[in-house]
Amino acid sequence: MTADTPPPTASGKADAVPRRRGARGRAFIWLCGGALAFNLLLVVGQLALIGWNGMSYFWQRELVAFELTDGTRLLGEVHARETFRPTDLPAEATLPWRVQVKVANRELTGADFVWIDERLIANQERPADALHFERAEWGNFHGFLREVWRGDELLASGAAAWPLLQEQMAQKAAQRAQLLDLEKGDLGDVNHELEALRLARRRLELDAPPESERARIAADLDARHELLDERFADLSTRLVELRTQLDSVRVVCVAADGQSKELPVGGLLHALRPNEMSLAAKLLEYGRRILSFLIDDPRESNTEGGIFPAIFGTVMMVFLMSIAVVPLGVLAALYLREYSRQGTLVRCVRIAVNNLAGVPSIVFGIFGLGFFVYGIGGTIDQLFFPEALPQATFGTGGILWAALTLALLTVPVVIVATEEGLAAVPRAVREGSLALGATKFETIWRVVLPAAAPGLLTGVILAIARAAGEVAPLMIVGMVKLAPALPIDHHAPFLHLDRKFMHLGFHIFDVGFQSPDVEATKPLVVATALVLLVLVVAMNVVAITLRNRLRSRYAGSAL
Amino acid sequence: MTAPNRAAAETPEPAILEVEQLRLSYGSSPALHGISLAIPRRQITAFIGPSGCGKSTLLRCFNRMNDLVDGVRIEGEVRFEGRSILGPDVEVNELRKRIGMVFQKSNPFPKSIYENVAYGPRVHGTKRASDLDDIVEESLRGAALWDEVKDRLHESALGMSGGQQQRLCIARAIAVRPEVILLDEPCSALDPVATAKVEDLMLELKKQFTLVIVTHNMQQASRVSDLTAFLYIGRLIEFGRTEQLFVKPREKQTEDYITGRFG
Repeated sequence: MTADTPPPTASGKADAVPRRRGARGRAFIWLCGGALAFNLLLVVGQLALIGWNGMSYFWQRELVAFELTDGTRLLGEVHARETFRPTDLPAEATLPWRVQVKVANRELTGADFVWIDERLIANQERPADALHFERAEWGNFHGFLREVWRGDELLASGAAAWPLLQEQMAQKAAQRAQLLDLEKGDLGDVNHELEALRLARRRLELDAPPESERARIAADLDARHELLDERFADLSTRLVELRTQLDSVRVVCVAADGQSKELPVGGLLHALRPNEMSLAAKLLEYGRRILSFLIDDPRESNTEGGIFPAIFGTVMMVFLMSIAVVPLGVLAALYLREYSRQGTLVRCVRIAVNNLAGVPSIVFGIFGLGFFVYGIGGTIDQLFFPEALPQATFGTGGILWAALTLALLTVPVVIVATEEGLAAVPRAVREGSLALGATKFETIWRVVLPAAAPGLLTGVILAIARAAGEVAPLMIVGMVKLAPALPIDHHAPFLHLDRKFMHLGFHIFDVGFQSPDVEATKPLVVATALVLLVLVVAMNVVAITLRNRLRSRYAGSAL
Repeated sequence: MTAPNRAAAETPEPAILEVEQLRLSYGSSPALHGISLAIPRRQITAFIGPSGCGKSTLLRCFNRMNDLVDGVRIEGEVRFEGRSILGPDVEVNELRKRIGMVFQKSNPFPKSIYENVAYGPRVHGTKRASDLDDIVEESLRGAALWDEVKDRLHESALGMSGGQQQRLCIARAIAVRPEVILLDEPCSALDPVATAKVEDLMLELKKQFTLVIVTHNMQQASRVSDLTAFLYIGRLIEFGRTEQLFVKPREKQTEDYITGRFG
């Protein structure tokens, strides 16, 4: 400090302008640049990490057969390699390597993943006929195909078994689709109608119409019930038939350790021999897996299969939230900016709105539970769905309440952005409209609001970005680990706003930290996170494109 | 002609706008001190005077644009076609339809050229597309803009040049078929070529409309106007035929101003 900065009392060099250290701020510029670079590094690093790990989850690795020095045999995919410190290792020795192998065969080995000390590996090879099954239950299976049976009849064995299996699997896939159709379609319809009948009966009890009418309605209901029972019985028989058909063909496989395992072909979703697959075949398989991840339902308590319901739930919830938040926020902003007298009260309201954006989201969740779910939902149930009580219809968490809760959470953002947009519309433009004889309302509606639309959309973009990533409040207003049905289906009224829904954010938490085998689901977590990230970006891109289109329509505008 | 003012006797046609003892103040600061004058039909009347003399304020009284300002107090009388327009029961939007306005800085809406011109008629209830097309063409022709923009009617008005934008604002004003057009320094942001075009346009519009123009530019006032009013610190100093006011002003202050001794 003292070297080049003379103290103010040193008057000896009064004519020389003292150079204060740091006056030019070069160090400050470096500091700012450094902070920006650090931020960018974090963001890019996060994206790269999630992107790489998420995308590599779908790649089919080769199956390696290990023979250990103690005679153990394993067959699996190598997922990781690292150094480790065994307890018996002398301090100065170099650390040995170990590999993480996904051996699958959960019911035989007890765990999907094992670590193998590389010093113990006696031999490793990649047998061409090593088989990878994706199963409907119990996760994957690694082994070797031996025989294909139908009942007591041996259909094929040895080399002939593989082509026959592929043929059989194609058949079974069609049957499985039929079964699913029956279960979700026809049987679902019957169940839906049975439930409707039950509610109709209950309503009859509650309404208590005159005896004659009551008897007539009851008879009608009974007749419908009988018909449904018949249909139900019919469907049940067909279901049983299909299930037996599915289980009729079995394969006998041998795991790496020599255990023989019998698997019904109906339970096999995909069979691969990864070691003899060409690059093109692997790429094809890669694409298929990404697609099925995106469009399939989850299996095995979310640890396998796809995440479609979660994607659907997230998008739909954000969509509903946008529908709710835009009118709410825009009208409030219009009043604040255009109609109210700018005084202390309005300033207070504005501060309150801004502070609302800083309230922890879980607080909004609790408010949503108390106000929307129990308050409004409970009242709706008593007024419109008394026959379903004590089972709640709207009086429990659902996608509508979740969307409204998030709309409350994000409305400050929309208000602030819209207000800024409105403030940016020049006074001259408003006067131009008024001078033509337009009323204030016409001026706002036809000139000011269109001109402020880009600002409004900025608010919506911010709201979407916030809402899509919000998880905490949703956990208490309708988000669930596994929703039995999507909020949209073919039963009237098609859009079921009372239903619970799945959400990618919660799915990540659930799969990553609530499943029995966290090691096995780690890649799934990353892949799901990647999807959530892509989804948020995609929704934002749509909104930004919309905004830019609006802006370019008024090219040259300063707005 | 009941209003006691000097200019009234000199105008051959009956006045369309009459101002009588008009006082106006913003909060506690007075802007106009008892102004009386009469503006004749189908003539161009110019208001001149130094900045802050109240000429724009006076102009904005004619279409009640001062209503938008908080804390404004108006006393006196302004009559349009013999009827008072300052009362609270006056239908302001109807008044503004009949008395149009063009502002100092061109202020086209951030919409297409077509939509800018069609805006007024739409607001006042014209819905048929063919009617609107006719009005737009007629108004743009009236503002001598049609030939320049007929091929890009649906492009943004903000892509036009400054002079074109100002003429678009004039077209927009005449699209609602007003009786009076108020022009508040319409050429102050334009170059000489664009100014000449707007001035030619004003002389053309005079055949159909009554024009009242506020201007800083004394050459402009002498070129286009039939009558000129000179205002100074909220007072009307002199009002008369333009050629008389510029050649042989009655008041010393007027002479000082137009010869450039102050202002």
